[in-house]
Amino acid sequence: MTTATHDHDHAHDDHHDHHPTGLARWVTATNHKDIGTLYMWFAFIMFISGGVLALCIRLELFSPGLQFFRPELFNQFTTLHGLIMVFGAIMPAFTGLANWQIPLMIGAPDMAFARMNNWSFWLLPPAALLLMISFVVPGGAAAAGWTLYAPLSTQMGMGMDLTIFAIHIMGISSIMGAINIVTTILNMRAPGMTMMKMPMFVWTSLITAYLLIAVMPVLAGAVTMVLTDRHFGTNFFNAAGGGDPVLYQHIFWFFGHPEVYIMALPAFGIVSQVIPTFARKPLFGYHSMVYATSSIAILSFMVWAHHMYSVGMPVTAQLFFMYATTLIAVPTGVKVFNWIATMWKGEMSFETPMLFAIGFVCLFTLGGLSGVVLSIAAVDIQLHDTYYVVAHFHYVLVAGALFSLFAAVYYWLPKWTGYMYDEKMGKFHFWWSMIWFNVTFFPMHFLGLAGMPRRIPDYATQFTEFNTIASIGAAMFGFGQLILLYNVIRTIRGGVGPAPQKPWEGAHTLEWEVPSPAPFHTWETPPPVALVDKLSAEQKLH
Amino acid sequence: MATHQPDYFVPQPSKWPLVGAFALFFIGLGASLAVNAVSAGWGALAVGVAILIYMLFGWFGDVIRESEGGVYSKRVDISFRWGMGWFIFSEVMFFAAFFGTLFYVRTISVPELGNMEHKLLWPDFRAMWPNSVAPNGTEPYQVMGAFGLPAWNTLILLTSGVTLTWAHWGLMKNNRSQLKLGLLVTVLLGALFLGLQMYEYAHAWGDLGLTLSSGVYGATFYMMTGFHGMHVFIGALMLAVMYARSLKGHFTAEHHFAFEAAAWYWHFVDVVWLILFVFVYWL
Repeated sequence: MTTATHDHDHAHDDHHDHHPTGLARWVTATNHKDIGTLYMWFAFIMFISGGVLALCIRLELFSPGLQFFRPELFNQFTTLHGLIMVFGAIMPAFTGLANWQIPLMIGAPDMAFARMNNWSFWLLPPAALLLMISFVVPGGAAAAGWTLYAPLSTQMGMGMDLTIFAIHIMGISSIMGAINIVTTILNMRAPGMTMMKMPMFVWTSLITAYLLIAVMPVLAGAVTMVLTDRHFGTNFFNAAGGGDPVLYQHIFWFFGHPEVYIMALPAFGIVSQVIPTFARKPLFGYHSMVYATSSIAILSFMVWAHHMYSVGMPVTAQLFFMYATTLIAVPTGVKVFNWIATMWKGEMSFETPMLFAIGFVCLFTLGGLSGVVLSIAAVDIQLHDTYYVVAHFHYVLVAGALFSLFAAVYYWLPKWTGYMYDEKMGKFHFWWSMIWFNVTFFPMHFLGLAGMPRRIPDYATQFTEFNTIASIGAAMFGFGQLILLYNVIRTIRGGVGPAPQKPWEGAHTLEWEVPSPAPFHTWETPPPVALVDKLSAEQKLH
Repeated sequence: MATHQPDYFVPQPSKWPLVGAFALFFIGLGASLAVNAVSAGWGALAVGVAILIYMLFGWFGDVIRESEGGVYSKRVDISFRWGMGWFIFSEVMFFAAFFGTLFYVRTISVPELGNMEHKLLWPDFRAMWPNSVAPNGTEPYQVMGAFGLPAWNTLILLTSGVTLTWAHWGLMKNNRSQLKLGLLVTVLLGALFLGLQMYEYAHAWGDLGLTLSSGVYGATFYMMTGFHGMHVFIGALMLAVMYARSLKGHFTAEHHFAFEAAAWYWHFVDVVWLILFVFVYWL
């Protein structure tokens, strides 16, 4: 038996050397590391594109009055900024991380469906292209906000149809990517790696993928009904025909709220890997982390109408959604306290990934707390569609999801490239991002409380100072991301020297048991059970 | 020595996913243009569909060759089972969006449109389900009854589920002629279902005046039965491929997950129809 396996390994090794090079390597890839890399670069390009749109928005809002863009174009910018950042940057970046890390962390040779994995990725560029094309068709791009509410979305021009089909394609991509992640985790763990021995990032990826499979089809159904309302005479969202525009909001947010956690749970997973490593202590409350993640996922299906308090709902419904929403603060609080308890009396050091992780814990908590404020129906009626909401979700998505992605990139870059990044530049990137992020988004709380509405290109003059401050902050934050780009490219080209197999001595997961850079194929022979058991024991308190 | 997991098949680099990406790009672009009456859109759509068909043949061809070549271990088989199961779950959620829509319009939006506030806007609208006229009073239409053709279609689909299981028994007993006959009958029953549904649509559109614009009843009726019909078509196509493969001598009594996956899908489509029959046609 052993001999047979070895022979097989050799057979594999032979054709490893024949994998294509150049462009063919990337377009025909079936290797989880190559596909992960593709995802990460695509996400970064989309992050820059969405960022340029954000800077256009902030440019227009720098001072009151219409300066640069027609209001219609401004609306297209806000819409496409949201769609590109959500579907083009954050989600693909997490899928890319899952691709790179999950097989390494569970001791699997690759993803379960390697060819389909490639299709999941290569569907994203066509979808992005359709969104880009929508800017140049008559009527311009979709301008209904990223939520595409009917009846706005049932009235606009061809750009809306391109957006609908782009969403369909991205949905297919997400569902296939998610099925791949779930199947890989359920079926391909190394012997001895039981579910409760999996690293937290693997757990959060599993639950995120489950959410994706559950809600992406619902979004597909919603935009399909928008399409038939637009072109085939149906009346789903038209009261005159017996339908209801509010129905669109219900279906959209049944997708949209789990979507929020799709962008948050993997971030929780990353932070749960990084903090124990640099606090040099096992993760506090591993089991409660798993249960909290699951609770958040289940609750996320029962809170959607808190996005719709001002649309006209029975008070009993408002109360139900309000209580269900505030309930989510409990498992989220469990997580925050677990991270703090992990750091408590730890032997802390503050490398760049740790800085971003701690930044995440501070700012995500702030964003979470403004979320609790907004969950109160009576308060939300006042704050609905104001800049307070914009501030809230940028605290959880930029300082939350994005900062966790930065932490992940710095944390695993040595394993991916085989070289160490420039620590000083990394720390500079962190402090730069931390300061200018807050300069950009903190004033938006005040703007919202004072009543400035979102998605409007002009504003009353009393809002000028905070808007000017936010615009300056946005420009600085945006251009500061070039530091990351420079640091990553420099690391790929040699960085500050070769990385050891395990650059972080506090790390206890399987990816640090393979050389740096990780070879093209890893864990073709699964790690020994004793190693899996030892690492799992080091990762958590018993 | 540590225990080894069984070898897991990782395919070589493949061009098919990229071909599929081109296909969906042309389909998305073509459909966007076509629904806006740009004639070039139909061309792009046709190109996209053609590329997609080419991809399906090529990709599934590779999978079938690999499967018959025996490179799929027990563990790969389990991956396929999880994958198909989760895919069907995603389809369940897709239909859930439309059933949610149906229940919402029946219990909330239509009754509300008949209340006192809306009397000002639409004084003649009477809120009931199935309603025979929309609030804005477009041409009146008749609703589709449950116990004519739709009931026969229910019987046909349920029978096809039985014949499919009978075919599966044949496969497991190594009775190849039972497998082939069972599959053939199942595919034909699927085709009969689709034929009768087309006849039903012609009758509804022509004689009953029931169109996509016939209020929200017409919208939900065509959307739900239409998407279900599309899934019957896909399921029948999958079973037709299984029939062709059984003629070529594929599948063994122990190793035939492609057949089982198609069967799972067929039963899923069957269950959706039953719920549809109750809530769209009957109640």
